[in-house]
Amino acid sequence: MELFKYKKPIPLMAKAKLFFTVSVIAVLASWALIMFKGFNYGIDFAGGTLVQVKYEGKAPLPKVREAIKHSKVFEGASVNYFGSEDEIIIKVRTSSKQLGTDIGDEARQLLKNTGKFEVRRVDMVGPKVGNELREKGLMALVLSIAGILLYVSFRFEWRFAVASVMALVHDVSIAMGAIVLFNVEVNLDILAALLTILGYSLNDTIIVFDRIREGLTSVRSPKLADIIDESVTRTLSRTTLTSLTTFFVVLTLFLMGGEIIHGFSFTLLVGIVVGTYSSIFIASPLLMMMGFDVQKYRQKLAEKKKREAEKEKLRAMYEQGTV
Amino acid sequence: MKLNYRVVIFLLAALFGLGLSAPSLLGIKGPKITLGLDLQGGLHMLLGVDTDEAIRSKVKSIASSIKYAADDEELIVDEFKVEKNGVSFELLDKDDVPKMDAILKKIPGVAVVKEGLKYRVTLTPKEIESVKQYAITQAVDTIRNRLDQFGLAEPTVAKQGKDKILVEVPGVKTPEQEQRIRELIAKAAHLQLMAVDEERAGRVYQMTPAEAARYGDVILQDAQDPNRKYLVKEIPILDGSMLTDARVAFDRNNQPVINFTLDSQGARIFGDFTGKNVGKRLAVVLDNMVYSAPVIRERIGGGSGQISGGFSVKEAHDVAIALRSGALLAPVFMEEKRSVGPSLGADSIKASMIALITGFLAVVVFMVLYYGMAGVIADVALVVNLFLILAVMALFGATLTLPGMAGIVLTVGMAVDANVIINERIRELLYEGKSVAKAIEQGYANAFSAILDANITTLIAAVVLYAYGTGPIKGFAITMSIGILASMLTAILGTHGIWQMVEQKIDKKSLGKWFGIKLAGGKK
Repeated sequence: MELFKYKKPIPLMAKAKLFFTVSVIAVLASWALIMFKGFNYGIDFAGGTLVQVKYEGKAPLPKVREAIKHSKVFEGASVNYFGSEDEIIIKVRTSSKQLGTDIGDEARQLLKNTGKFEVRRVDMVGPKVGNELREKGLMALVLSIAGILLYVSFRFEWRFAVASVMALVHDVSIAMGAIVLFNVEVNLDILAALLTILGYSLNDTIIVFDRIREGLTSVRSPKLADIIDESVTRTLSRTTLTSLTTFFVVLTLFLMGGEIIHGFSFTLLVGIVVGTYSSIFIASPLLMMMGFDVQKYRQKLAEKKKREAEKEKLRAMYEQGTV
Repeated sequence: MKLNYRVVIFLLAALFGLGLSAPSLLGIKGPKITLGLDLQGGLHMLLGVDTDEAIRSKVKSIASSIKYAADDEELIVDEFKVEKNGVSFELLDKDDVPKMDAILKKIPGVAVVKEGLKYRVTLTPKEIESVKQYAITQAVDTIRNRLDQFGLAEPTVAKQGKDKILVEVPGVKTPEQEQRIRELIAKAAHLQLMAVDEERAGRVYQMTPAEAARYGDVILQDAQDPNRKYLVKEIPILDGSMLTDARVAFDRNNQPVINFTLDSQGARIFGDFTGKNVGKRLAVVLDNMVYSAPVIRERIGGGSGQISGGFSVKEAHDVAIALRSGALLAPVFMEEKRSVGPSLGADSIKASMIALITGFLAVVVFMVLYYGMAGVIADVALVVNLFLILAVMALFGATLTLPGMAGIVLTVGMAVDANVIINERIRELLYEGKSVAKAIEQGYANAFSAILDANITTLIAAVVLYAYGTGPIKGFAITMSIGILASMLTAILGTHGIWQMVEQKIDKKSLGKWFGIKLAGGKK
């Protein structure tokens, strides 16, 4: 079976402006969403308590609300179904420092007369820990991007690195925008999903860039646009296939992985789509915009032949089986 | 067909994967993967330590040793005050100064400022820091000790960061049991034997705490009857640090009580005190509650005593554990808690297994449909990859969490990526008219740099996630990293070896079967 049979390069670069416009609008809209609507931080980052309760049969939502109404610790608590109608989640912004009797125990007491139930999960994050986790999370995002920037500069050229990081910012921004738009609760798992998107989308971009790097020496045309078109078209089949397989499995995770993993897989789904789009339509045009000069690159290459030597070494290593 | 070194390595990897994942999958003996608390259920807590309280109690214990030594040498001390980081007092007799200086010299970690007969003894900054650090390590040891004695399987207690304690208790069955564990951990278990201030005890109900403090006394509540109060000397005669054992026993009315034994120093102090104070009352105080205050009838030697006061059997059991494992020098408080019931964990395992199997089948079938035999070879590599992930995790005793399961599912999608890249390259070369053997060799060579760069960048993100993530998220980073590394072995090296074994058998006519393509010029 073949989905994309290579015939001739698809003239993508000619339409670069259109893709840019779409992306700029999407990114700006995402930023606006993040700024004006803001993240719906879950207890991991905002601090608070979450109590998950499973009833035998349908959960009596109004009764539960009534039961906790007059309790001080549950002031401003939200009560919602979770996954199914048997299960509810009570969320409140307060947390208790006490070890002995905590908010979970309190909930058990208050709900005593609402039916037969089982408290299945109690998560409590103090405000100090919440702040720490948020700082650490931000740090993780920044460090990953910095590490990636360094590696790509080292293996390619700085413009490639900047282009790939801009594509990453694009992907993560839009994924965050989607999170805000669909009111997905932001907890640690969402952070993990965002970091995975970083890795995944970069993966895609690198494959295309690798082809461009190759095309810089092998494609006859000295025009960057031609080289990019050729390389993107050549990798189109792979990009789509891998995205499809990954999309499949994440979709199964989204549909069957259970409620707890919903936000995580949702974020990944968005990330895979956006990441695939950006590596095809955004990352390479950015390279062009930054004024990458094929002639100069080729001259430099001829002078130094450094990268070629490195590749030869890798290839030799592989063939000797030392990798 | 000839074996080549790539296939041999691949086979060895497959054997290793199967062999080491078998214990986890089939439940036979051997190294197993530990399930995270989110999958097996359990209690995860991050505790903070109130180190200021440790300083206060250190100051108190210095105060009581100064007092004891002063009494022993019959020095007259006046205006004795306990302050934030030290104590101050005044000597009445100038001749006592050298003796007092000798006493203070024996106390380590304090700075002494003298002003005539006035003394101020404070903890040095270095001592304060070391008391704080000690309070944390002591809390870790004490909590570990208590949990070990409580009898649940393999609790983890470890210091995390500068001043936090990580507590993980797997296998907690019910919320009630969980609460009991939390209470056991929180128990200060601070046993004190204190002298009742008989001179002023009659006025205790009219006295304010401030007034009591002026006499060097404190007002404490009765453990059973909150309305009952006692006026006791603030500085205890002795405390639980001199305790060597505590056991549950039953008194004449078949009520549970706790018998405790003191070490030799404690026994001596106890004996001296009771000998000097016959007819007065002695309060047995646990965590600032008076459990009993019997009248001393005679000198009590032997150094043993009893705490009674309406415990339930469970309570008595837990108090005895807490006393045996020692008092917490500083109270602990909860910073973060995550507790998952066993049934939710089981549900999560089920859901993620279904997702894993469905996703896996979808990818496997798709690869075969799209690439023919090349897809089958990639699928073989994928299966070995999955076993390798499990095997490596079992070998290093890594923990599998729910995000970790997600990481495995994601690996299934991404591990075939390398084969997609390679197969696409091979197809390209075949279209260019290269021979099968040449197309395979060159295809692998061309694809290598792309796969390497792509995997390394993903690995960078995974490593950062591991370094900055906590608990379950770390699990995600672990399975992803192992998956990526294993895929380098299976998807690149392994499949390459298989191709080298079979490539002679492939002629240009069967490219459809092997690579899922038809060459324009070729026949069916």
